[in-house]
Amino acid sequence: MIGTETPPATVTLLTVNGDARQVPAGSTLAELLASLDLDPRLVVVERNGTILRDRASFGRVVLDGSDTLEIVHFVGGG
Amino acid sequence: MMGHTDVLPPQASTDPHPFVIADREFRSRLMVGTGKYASNEQMIDAIEASGAEVVTVAVRRVDLDRKNDEGILHHLDPAQFFLLANTAGCYTAAEAIRYARLARAAGFNEWVKLEVIGDQQTLLPDTVGLLEATKTLSGEGFKVMAYTNDDLITALRLEEAGAVAVMPLASPIGSGLGMLNPYAIRTIKQRLSVPVIVDAGVGTASDACIVMEQGVDGILMNTGIAAASDPVRMATAMRQAVEAGRLAYLAGRMPRREVAVPSSPTTGMLSS
Repeated sequence: MIGTETPPATVTLLTVNGDARQVPAGSTLAELLASLDLDPRLVVVERNGTILRDRASFGRVVLDGSDTLEIVHFVGGG
Repeated sequence: MMGHTDVLPPQASTDPHPFVIADREFRSRLMVGTGKYASNEQMIDAIEASGAEVVTVAVRRVDLDRKNDEGILHHLDPAQFFLLANTAGCYTAAEAIRYARLARAAGFNEWVKLEVIGDQQTLLPDTVGLLEATKTLSGEGFKVMAYTNDDLITALRLEEAGAVAVMPLASPIGSGLGMLNPYAIRTIKQRLSVPVIVDAGVGTASDACIVMEQGVDGILMNTGIAAASDPVRMATAMRQAVEAGRLAYLAGRMPRREVAVPSSPTTGMLSS
């Protein structure tokens, strides 16, 4: 019966580039990048200190509440 | 009539030594950075005017709250240029290694312009951290081009540690002071087997020319072009200066003398 059980979490809280961010529960990395309007081919993602080299796997990486992501790209520099 | 022509015979302008780093040949001895330009359009125009093939880029967090047009690959065609990622802004070996790995994961190449900075005010390299990071990254298959000071011993150690090129500074990054120690730069070039590419400190075309006249293999610059009043014109000047300096080195300059030597005959003068 509704109201007697703890509802499943509807959002996942994680840390992206140093800031707290929430995504719908069960979101994948590919979905996060799409929601940020980022082309996966133009960024590199480090998840909890490990670089995710295989961009084809982004759609299978389900984000977790303990995740710390770094999303980096190339900018002008000398 | 005296022959006067702007066209050199082909052999006079040919460089007998191809510019090769770690088995890869590059067509220009001038490498340029992509930072500090007023606009992306100006950056592209200046890079094209410089004739550079190798362009450096930095690795930074994507700014998630801003418009998604700050990534340089939205403007710079990676098929047209050889992207050389740097580790600028890193103050420890561990940090530089992390940035280098992230850069390689971008998927373009395994080259890195390795910087480990030791001091915020001078941006001089931390040579201990630099050596450590060079060893680690070379062991992981990176092609390390190591930004260092003009110290011969460090340069030799970097070569031993696996660097594919050593990049001594002409003067501090962004200073535009030109080459402060030509003797040190020449000594490094004479003693190393890997290419020596002077990185940082070139302020104007004559600086670039004098650097190349020391016999080094190439120059990397950013601020000298980007901070000029007209970067595209300065990029053209730098291209010509690098070519002129290289040619002058190959041509072999005349010896310096502290006395005058007449250029015209001393005989055949009229009697007074």
